[in-house]
Formats: sequence, C-alpha cells, structure tokens
Amino acid sequence: MPYAPTTTEEQQAMLKAIGAKDIEELFAMIPGELRMDGELQLPAAMGEMELSARMSDLAGKNLPAGSGACFLGGGCYDHFVPAVVDFVASRSEFYTAYTPYQAEASQGSLQAFFEYQTLVTQLTGMDVSNASLYDGAGAAVEAVLMAINATRRDKVVVLDSVHPEYIQTLGTYLTNVKTTIKTLVTVNPDAKQCAASPAALADILNKETACVLVQHPNFFGCLEDVEALAEVTHAAGALLILAVNPVSLGLLKRPGQCGVDIVVAEGQPLGIPMTFGGPGLGIIACSEKFVRRMPGRLVGQTVDRRGRRCWVLTLQTREQHIRREKATSNICTNQGLMALRASVFLAAMGPMGMRQMAELCLQKAHYALDELINTGAVSRVFEQPFFNEFAVRVKGGDPQKLIDAAVTGNIFPGVPLGRWYPEMNDCMLVAVTEKRTKMEIDMLVELVKKT
Amino acid sequence: MRNQQTTELLFEQSRAGSCAVHMPECDVPARSLEDMLPEGATGSPPPLPELSEPDLVRHYVNLSTQNMSVDTHFYPLGSCTMKYNPKRNERLASDAGWLGLHPYQPESTVQGVLQVLWECQEMLGEIAGLPAVSLQPAAGAHGEMTALLTAAGYFNDTGQRRDVVLIPDQAHGTNPASAAVAGFRTVEVKSTPEGFVDLDDLESKLDEKTAVFMITNPNTLGLFDGQIARIAELVHEAGGLVYLDGANMNAILGIARPGDFGADMMHFNPHKTFSTPHGGGGPGAGPIAVAEKLGPYLPRPVIARDGETYKLDFDRPKSIGRVRSFVGNVGVLLRMYCYILTHGPDGLRRVSENAVLNANYLLNRVKHFLPVQYGDRCTHEFVATAGELRDRRGISAMDIAKRLIDYGFHAPTVYFPLIVREAMMIEPTESETKATLDAFAEALFRITEEPEDLLHEAPHSTTVSRPDEVLAARKPVLKWKGEG
Repeated sequence: MPYAPTTTEEQQAMLKAIGAKDIEELFAMIPGELRMDGELQLPAAMGEMELSARMSDLAGKNLPAGSGACFLGGGCYDHFVPAVVDFVASRSEFYTAYTPYQAEASQGSLQAFFEYQTLVTQLTGMDVSNASLYDGAGAAVEAVLMAINATRRDKVVVLDSVHPEYIQTLGTYLTNVKTTIKTLVTVNPDAKQCAASPAALADILNKETACVLVQHPNFFGCLEDVEALAEVTHAAGALLILAVNPVSLGLLKRPGQCGVDIVVAEGQPLGIPMTFGGPGLGIIACSEKFVRRMPGRLVGQTVDRRGRRCWVLTLQTREQHIRREKATSNICTNQGLMALRASVFLAAMGPMGMRQMAELCLQKAHYALDELINTGAVSRVFEQPFFNEFAVRVKGGDPQKLIDAAVTGNIFPGVPLGRWYPEMNDCMLVAVTEKRTKMEIDMLVELVKKT
Repeated sequence: MRNQQTTELLFEQSRAGSCAVHMPECDVPARSLEDMLPEGATGSPPPLPELSEPDLVRHYVNLSTQNMSVDTHFYPLGSCTMKYNPKRNERLASDAGWLGLHPYQPESTVQGVLQVLWECQEMLGEIAGLPAVSLQPAAGAHGEMTALLTAAGYFNDTGQRRDVVLIPDQAHGTNPASAAVAGFRTVEVKSTPEGFVDLDDLESKLDEKTAVFMITNPNTLGLFDGQIARIAELVHEAGGLVYLDGANMNAILGIARPGDFGADMMHFNPHKTFSTPHGGGGPGAGPIAVAEKLGPYLPRPVIARDGETYKLDFDRPKSIGRVRSFVGNVGVLLRMYCYILTHGPDGLRRVSENAVLNANYLLNRVKHFLPVQYGDRCTHEFVATAGELRDRRGISAMDIAKRLIDYGFHAPTVYFPLIVREAMMIEPTESETKATLDAFAEALFRITEEPEDLLHEAPHSTTVSRPDEVLAARKPVLKWKGEG
C-alpha cells in the first residue's frame, strides 16, 4: 500500500477511538448480500520497478509519430513545446490543486486562468473567453447550444468541410433534443472545391436557423471567406460559429474582426503534447452579449475586503452546481492544466513568436505541396488557398500503402481521408508544422516518388 | 517575503521586444505571403504580452505559491477525493512513447497504447461489475451525459418512449444538468430524514415514462443506501435503468460492485478514485461502464482485441456515435492504469478501507462540536453542520472554511449537499495520516471557540481575503483591459 501512510498500530488506535472492533465493522451499512464474495479479478499489485518495466515495454510497442517526421494533422499537430511550458505545468501547486472554489486558497490558479482568458481574447480578437472546455469538438457543440438558446431557434447549419469528428459529436449531442442539423455541401473534389460559397449558404438559411458552424482553415486546410459568410449568416438573423486552428491566428485576420459571434478551437497546438489525441483543450470565446450563456468556468476580477485586486470564479449562476437542470451546460471539471499550458505557451511566444511560427508552417506546407506535386505521383485535391494542411490524391491508389511503407523510415506522410469520405479513399491530408525540416520534407518527397 | 512584482499580470510585465522563444530560420525557399494567401486574409500579429523566459518562470513559480494543493496541504474537499497523486504515474505517463502519439497513426504503430486502453476497459468493467466500457468521456459530467445518451439509444432502438430522469434531491448538480443536456426531463426524488432515498416518493414517480434513475451511492451524505437492491428492483419493474454516479467509488473499491447491487450504468472519475491529478480543474476523464445489453449503444470507437493485436472498433451500427474527437483523455487514463496496477485487487480494497477508516475517525472527533446530522458512521466522507453555530453566534460554514486556511488546511466543500444547512462536507481520503487528521480536528475545534469578528474576516494569513463576489458578478471583468 504505497500511498496510505497509516500504520497497523495507528489503525488500531483509530478503531478504538471510533469504538469499532475492526475495519469490517465500518462497512456494516453495506448489506452483506450486496458485497463481493471474493476479490476483484485484476492483475496482482506491482512495485515501482515492475510497473516501470511494464510501462516501458508497452511504450516500446508504439512508434510515436512525434519522434519521427510527422505530417499528420486533422486537428492534432506535432508542434514544438518549449521546456518552460513543461516546467510550469509540473509545479505540483498547480497540478495537484482542484477547481478554485476557495478563492483565498487558489489565487495562483485563478490569476493564471484570468490571464488565459485574456490571452485567448488577444489571440482571437473576441470580447470574452471562458476558462476552457474539454476539447475542440466539445467547444463546437457548446457553441451551438449557446446559439440555440440565444436565438431561440432550432435549426443548425454545418458546413461539410468542418472536422468530421466535430460533426459526428454534434450529431450525438443533438440526437435526443428537438433540433435539426442541416449540412451544407461545399466539398466537391471533382470541382477541386472545398470552400463555402456565401450565396449557397444564404440559400439554405432562414428565420429558423440558429447558427452556422464553419471551420477556418477548414478540415482540408483551405481558407474560407469568413467575412462574407458572417454577413449572410447575420442577414438571416443567425450566429456565426467559427472553429479555428489557434496557430493560424499568428498570421490570419482575427475572427473578432470578421464578424464572428463565437470562436472555438482545439487548443492542443498551443503547448500540449499529442498524447494520442487527449487531453486537449477546448477553447471558446464570444461577443460580450453572450457572456451569460457561456458554458463552464469564468474567472473574474474583483477586490477583497481590504480593496486589493484579486480573482474569483464568477457568474456561477450559469452553472450546474447552482442552476442544476437549468444550467447553461453540465460542465464541471474542465481542462485547467491544459489552459495553463496554453497560457505559458502564448506568453512565451508573444506576438512575434506566434507570427514566425505561423509563417514557418505556411512556408513549409507550401514547399511540401509544390515538391510533392512535382513528383507527378500525387495531385492536389482542392485548389483554394491553404494554411498548413492540404489534401493530395495518390495516383493509382491507396494512400495506406504509402503510409505503411513509410513506417520503416519513421515517416508519417498523412491521414487517409477514406475513413470519413469514401469518395476520397485515394486521398490523404498532409500537415506541415514548424518542426518539419526541409530534409524531412525532402525525405517524404523521395518516398512518394519511389512508392 | 512575497515577490509582488512578478505576480503582476503578464500583460503588466510585458516589455516590447522580449520573447522567450527563438524560432528557427526558414529552411525552405520562402515565397511572399501575397503569393500564398488571398488579399485581406492576414492580420497584424496578435497583441500578446512580450516576456522573457526568466520573467515567465518567476511569474508562474510565485503564482503557484498562492495555491493550496494536495502536495502542500491537507485538502479535504468533500466529493472531490483529493488524494495523493503518485509521482511514478506522472513520470511513466510522460514518456515520449505516449506523448508523441498522434491519434491517426497507423494502428500497427500504436499497439502499446491500444493495449493499455483495452486493459483499462477490462479492469474498469471488472471493478464496476458492468462489462461494457467506453473510455471516451472527458470528465464525470461528460460520462453522465454519455451514459444517458446511451440509454436513450437503447430505448429508441427497443421502441420505448421514455423521457424522464429521476434524481434524488441530494444529487450533484451535474446529474440534472447532464439529463437536461441529453434531452430528458428531470423529476426530483425526496430523501428520508435518515438521508436515504424515500422509497414511497420514488415509487410514486416511477411510470412508463421513466428512463433512468440516477443515484450516487455511497450518497453525498457519505452514507451507503442499503435499499439499493430494492430501488433497482422498483426501477427495473417500471422498465427504467439505474445509473450510478461513481463520484464516491473511493469508498467501495473491491468491497461492492455497482453492477452487483443493481446499477445498469455508471461513470468513474479517475481524477478522484484513481489518483490522477485534478490539474486545478481538469483534465479529468469520465469512463463509463454499462450492462451487456447497453454495450452496443456505447460511443464508437471502442478498443477491441483480435488475438494479439488491438484495434479501434468503429463497426458498431447501434452506437450513439462520438461524444468527443479522437479516443479519450489518454494521458489521464495512463495514470489511472498505473494506479490500478500498483494496487492490484487487495490494494484497491485497502484504499477504500483506509479512506473509510480515516473518514470515520475524523467524524468521531468532529461530531462533538460540529454535529453530523446523519448518523455516527459514514463511508469515505461525512457532512457536518455549522447550523447551530450560525443560530447561536452567527458563525457560518463559510467563516469556518475561510479560517481553516489560516491554520494551513484547505477548506472542506461547503453548502453542499443542499439538504443540510450550513453544510461542511469533509473527505480526508486514505492518503492522510492520523496526525494530520488530529491536527485538522484540533484546528476545527479551536475555530469554533474563536471570536466571531475574527472568523467573519478570515482568512488573515493570505494575500487576499474575502473577495467581493457580488461585485465580480455585477460588473464582470473577465480579462485585462489595459493600464488604469
């Protein structure tokens, strides 16, 4: 029992104080017939050395893309994580605390989350951010629920160029409520087109539309005309929800300047390791007027009884522990430590670091696409401008063959698209981050040439 | 010796030209931005603060010292199970072999993590006594909602129109909120004066509309409701399902299994029961375990084993679909896996035994000056009341909570559950020594003897005291708005 410090003698003393003859007696309130007869069927206890050996053995059965040339994206990216991020997140005063209910005992976390909220508004150009949600998909869903409540309308329009797992998650959440989801088809590989036409969007909006969910850059990496989409959305009285890649905001115009009502993002690229897709970070930021519909924790500034500036959890009457079934959301635990990581990351990068990182992603992705096209072995699927991710068609076949062949060279060429889009089963999505060197890109190109 | 300069906001310490990172030169032939991006697509760099690495380190290290945490203080926050977070788990889950995994890598390159996740499914199924497991949910409340949607999937598929979720009045707020998000109506069920489910009230509310009865057992008063088998019988007779909120599993590991005492579905909180760090409010995880007949409706993918290889199984036609992107909070699940393997069956049982022993010992010390309305014995936590102190001397549970901070203890959960006046919900966990419990009880007692004014203005030892929460809510300031 490595983590229960009570000795047998102490146990006896405690039992005596309680007036119980043994520990068994303390469980008397559980009727005998409801107890387990035997033991749990679990592996026998392991000491630290055995456990370390086992975990090392299991980790060794993985070939982590992050240790090779990783061109995988689709919402999770191999970006650089500065050491200072790991250092701050490993301060156990942060990671072994809980939700800062007792403000005086939690000013460290509260101030860090207040700074996080500010950093997110600076990055997105929006008025207000909360203190984090579970992940990008969850943030998109919560934004849709906010919009349904704010507009009192029940039709949701989703572009089919949004991350397919976000669309699936939204579908799951809304199956049992009276809301309909309409998908606007904008992805057309035959026409080499995947960006939305504002006119086509305008055609399917009406006075029942609560919101439109757009991703920019979209799932295929292509840019959308956000301002035009916002304009037609607002003309129908609906709200525009924009899912973004936070790294792209080092370079692209901020959503707050494009008429967006609610911004959501998967914050993983901001200093959070990939870890097979989780934990990530759900970013959500909105216009001031929706703040009381915001899900999750919000940290606000106030003063204490001596007039000193300090921070507290605020607007808690939105939340489940006060409002129960009438709460804006059921969220309790969020992703505090991941929000802390993102904060340290953004503060470490600053304006110029974020700009340089975004430009490196952009330049390297464009170089990679050009070189891949030059091989003649792949072709570009969509012709729109893109940020750091693009889809290519593998001539004569299955990208899986290429992907499998690349494993031995520790190269991860891309994400096959057939899983979500059967008509693109010969295509893959290639992402290029600032970490990829010219040499690694050239290795990928050589491999494509050969395969 | 507080360093107040470095705990000014990041934005106030910003100095133009500072930067903590140095990005490499672009090693590919650079093209002009105009060549790659349409006109009007780009903006100015985001107006983030500019700081150096030493600035950042001092800032955050000093901020961290303004927190109480499990590693620095006794943290008896009821219902949150603030137990010790083992350092070996932190180290083992931080191997590049886990952190570097992308969720869309070829399955042949992720066999290790899939094996861990598959074993997690198996082990949680065993601990729950409910064989079908989904690891997707990101937190307890997310697990509740996922299980309710799974139930909805089951009812729809079997042609039953059931849209009511019954919830005891002492339940966590997430229960009714999750039911509402999942599209159910909620109906409250009363508690008896002894703190258990009022069976008559429950029976009168069960009918053909009942989908699920959600129960926390041990309940939020720290009592095991021994009527649970009868409750399950009644709910099942009405055609409903029983959901067990697993927030309090730390009391019954290896002693009783929810599946054996009548539950059809449950969630685990690995950040409570299995020691994964709370992270200042997440990340947690909220894996759910359900009965065999509900298994087909769980979110997809689940992890499947085929001989010696493991895979993500998407071929589940009755599944409700995803509740998040990717696979789950794998980093959290890895720590949980280490915790379970460290303990084994006997160790897990002893976790609960020690948690219950510690709680009963503390209850026994505290009840003489802070009454515990609901009995002389508890499971892993108990709820004391400051109601009498409030009436007699105007001292509230909040006053006591705040004053405890001066004594070097984190406060218990206060004002929950709602059915106890001036509630103080105390959960010591198994990882505390008798000496700590004695010191805590002693401090609590001394506080109840202290002058009222001293308590109303507590804490006195912290950098801030009694923030004005009304002001914060009336005039929300949710971000830094510039100097002055």
